[in-house]
Amino acid sequence: MKLLARVFSTDHKVIGLQFFWSGLLMALFGALSAMLIRWQLAWPWSEMPVVGGLVFPKSGGVPSPEFYSALFTFHGTVMIFFVVIPLLTGWLGNYLIPLLIGARDMAFPVLNMISYWIMPFAMASLAIGFCVEGGSAQAGWTSYPPLATLTSATPGSLHGQTWWLLAIVLAGISSTLGAVNYVTTVVKLRAKGMGWLRMPLTVWALFLAACIQLAGIPVLTSGGILQLSDRVLGSGFYSASGSPLLWQHLFWFYGHPAVYVVILPAMGVVSDVLSVHARKGVFGYKPMVFSLLGITLLGFMVWAHHMFVSGMNPALGMAFGVATTLIALPSGVKVFNWLATLWGARLQLTSAMLFALGFVALFITGGLSGLWLACTPVDVYMHDTYFVVAHFHFIVFGGSVFGLFAAFYHWFPKMFGRMLDERLGRAHFVLTFVLAVGVFLMMHQLGLAGMPRRIADPTVYPSLRHLVPLNVSITWCALLLGASQVLFLANLFWSLWRGPRAPRNPWKAASLEWEADSPPPHGNFGAQPEVERGPYEYDPRTDGRDFQPQAVTLFPPA
Amino acid sequence: MRALVATLFALFAALAVWSFAVAPAHGWAMPENVATLGTSVDELFGKIQWIVGAFFVLTVGGLAWIVWRSAQGGGGARSALASHTKLEVLWTVVPGAILVWLALVQIAPWEAMKFSSSIPRSADGKPKPPLCEVWASQFDWRALYPGADGRCGTGDDLHSPYELVVPVNEPVVLALHSRDVIHSFFVPSFRLKQDILPGRETLVWFECTKPGTYDLLCAELCGWGHYKMAGSVRALPRAEYEQFLERKTRELSSNGMEDTK
Repeated sequence: MKLLARVFSTDHKVIGLQFFWSGLLMALFGALSAMLIRWQLAWPWSEMPVVGGLVFPKSGGVPSPEFYSALFTFHGTVMIFFVVIPLLTGWLGNYLIPLLIGARDMAFPVLNMISYWIMPFAMASLAIGFCVEGGSAQAGWTSYPPLATLTSATPGSLHGQTWWLLAIVLAGISSTLGAVNYVTTVVKLRAKGMGWLRMPLTVWALFLAACIQLAGIPVLTSGGILQLSDRVLGSGFYSASGSPLLWQHLFWFYGHPAVYVVILPAMGVVSDVLSVHARKGVFGYKPMVFSLLGITLLGFMVWAHHMFVSGMNPALGMAFGVATTLIALPSGVKVFNWLATLWGARLQLTSAMLFALGFVALFITGGLSGLWLACTPVDVYMHDTYFVVAHFHFIVFGGSVFGLFAAFYHWFPKMFGRMLDERLGRAHFVLTFVLAVGVFLMMHQLGLAGMPRRIADPTVYPSLRHLVPLNVSITWCALLLGASQVLFLANLFWSLWRGPRAPRNPWKAASLEWEADSPPPHGNFGAQPEVERGPYEYDPRTDGRDFQPQAVTLFPPA
Repeated sequence: MRALVATLFALFAALAVWSFAVAPAHGWAMPENVATLGTSVDELFGKIQWIVGAFFVLTVGGLAWIVWRSAQGGGGARSALASHTKLEVLWTVVPGAILVWLALVQIAPWEAMKFSSSIPRSADGKPKPPLCEVWASQFDWRALYPGADGRCGTGDDLHSPYELVVPVNEPVVLALHSRDVIHSFFVPSFRLKQDILPGRETLVWFECTKPGTYDLLCAELCGWGHYKMAGSVRALPRAEYEQFLERKTRELSSNGMEDTK
């Protein structure tokens, strides 16, 4: 019974860590599939390492084109729906929201537990897809019908697509339940004195990301159920005589805001990490909050920029092009405020800080390349080329994943009660940053030269053959990027058992979670904290400290 | 560490600028534009490149400089400014004005490209009829030219598999169709891309300005063979285009034994 109570725990911290471990596991599969994709693009139709002999014994390990389609479909699906969304909302949202607002737990602990335990079923659905006739889904993570609904359109659409849809619907339900919890908890359970404008930006960002999920996911989930109905019950919502475009609208109505779900929390985390490790308050707290709000609202008005050339009414394209161009503004405001936060500060280049700085550099790049894509006539050329792949990987890898690493290095002591090895962490940053640039930067040039995404062999086209050396160098960087994550895993597992014990407040940070023990006990705080000030008070003081904790100090200075 | 990180960021900024600056020389840029509508695309691309380049160097370069300048270690901050209204207004209004300008200048070329009202007119003032139908299916392209009856979908259609042949220096309207799933008609040299939805006709138009053969790609995932759905567009002077049609007409009535070339 004791074991059962731990597994099906209703403690927000346990559930948060469950999301962490399963997200990490899925990230391993997602990364492996990325490296196999790169292998095929550099050396098309050669023996694929690791899985080649296993999956294709007859061809001597040479992959089939439909397996390539299954790979990139799996990669996109896993990374978005099973890695970055569950990590940024499930892990960080669950673990951090109650601690940062001074609550003892989530508003609905049982709902929270159910939200996690739906995920294993979603993951199982994804895995089953690989074992059915025809193989796993092959219509891309966007799964446009009729390719996804005609069972004869591609082998993966025979059975695999049904399991894919089941996985997406289940993951959607899980995220919705989580989002209900995050929103309610922030609205109702803030500690005494924790006014809206005293919340750390991480909480603001997690709160707004949850609002986006509440408004968006039900649309995608219903869309998924309609596609299931088309496949299983023989309806024709998305058939050629129905509306293939309807799916694209329903998918992107959440599919695009989902990008903000994975970037807003990273922005919040980075704002806090920059501030703590620069020993300086966040510059322009209110503009930072307003720009988060701006992104949240505008984020729902740009989805059809994925559909400029889809055949929808071009007047719509014009409106969405204008809205998409304007959404660059709040992101720009955030960048300038981050730089101003760092201006004249004494930076402590901890691993967390390095990843936060790396986030700023890579997010700027991804944001700026979006300007070309927001420009409708230019996007006509860029759409579905590697330029788009470059753009969103700077946002999702350079942004979301760097934000996740920053959060990992910053909050690991709180979560596990141990300190990480800083030298390993710094080496991990340097390799990850250099290799990520090596992988994603020149993808812009691949796209400019006209290389479409999702093609198994670019050398089919004479005009793309000169890109082989570029593809080979990108693949080498990708393989090394994957290998260099060993530093991260080694640090995680070594520190988990052997790292030095973490003090309550190792970074001398002002926000509430550092008032709790490391790791915090069930119920989080000994006495209920009362908040007296904002989260960013970093000034030299007469008592030798350079920060003012948010709450009435419960403990003597650490 | 401070010097290393600042150098990393500075090198990254330099590499990114370099990768765009040398792109044309290495074939890493858009191929030569040979269509009238492509001119506005290339101009917009160039303008945005200057804006992006300026903000990129300013911000990433600034980040490298800030890291370089900062003294490492504990202690208090030297500049504890928490906010500055004038600065906030400055870096909201200036980028905002540039973005509004950018949002507005894209409207006219977009309209010229995609609006049905922009389809070129014939001498009689009506929209130009399609030169031919282009049929996409897993995983090939086929152009159907109307035969003597002037209509497609009849027995005397002229078929050109994998190759679309068009006259140069005059507006060409195409009627795109799909037999199965969504495909996308992508000719990089024309800066032209349009998804083709099954079950409906999609019109596109372009005017090629240089005779030659150009790659035609499928840009929308359409199944396991998506990667090899390659075709080409051959642009010919009007007289040679007429000869092509005549040859195709002869092929239609040929018994296969005579030389129709």
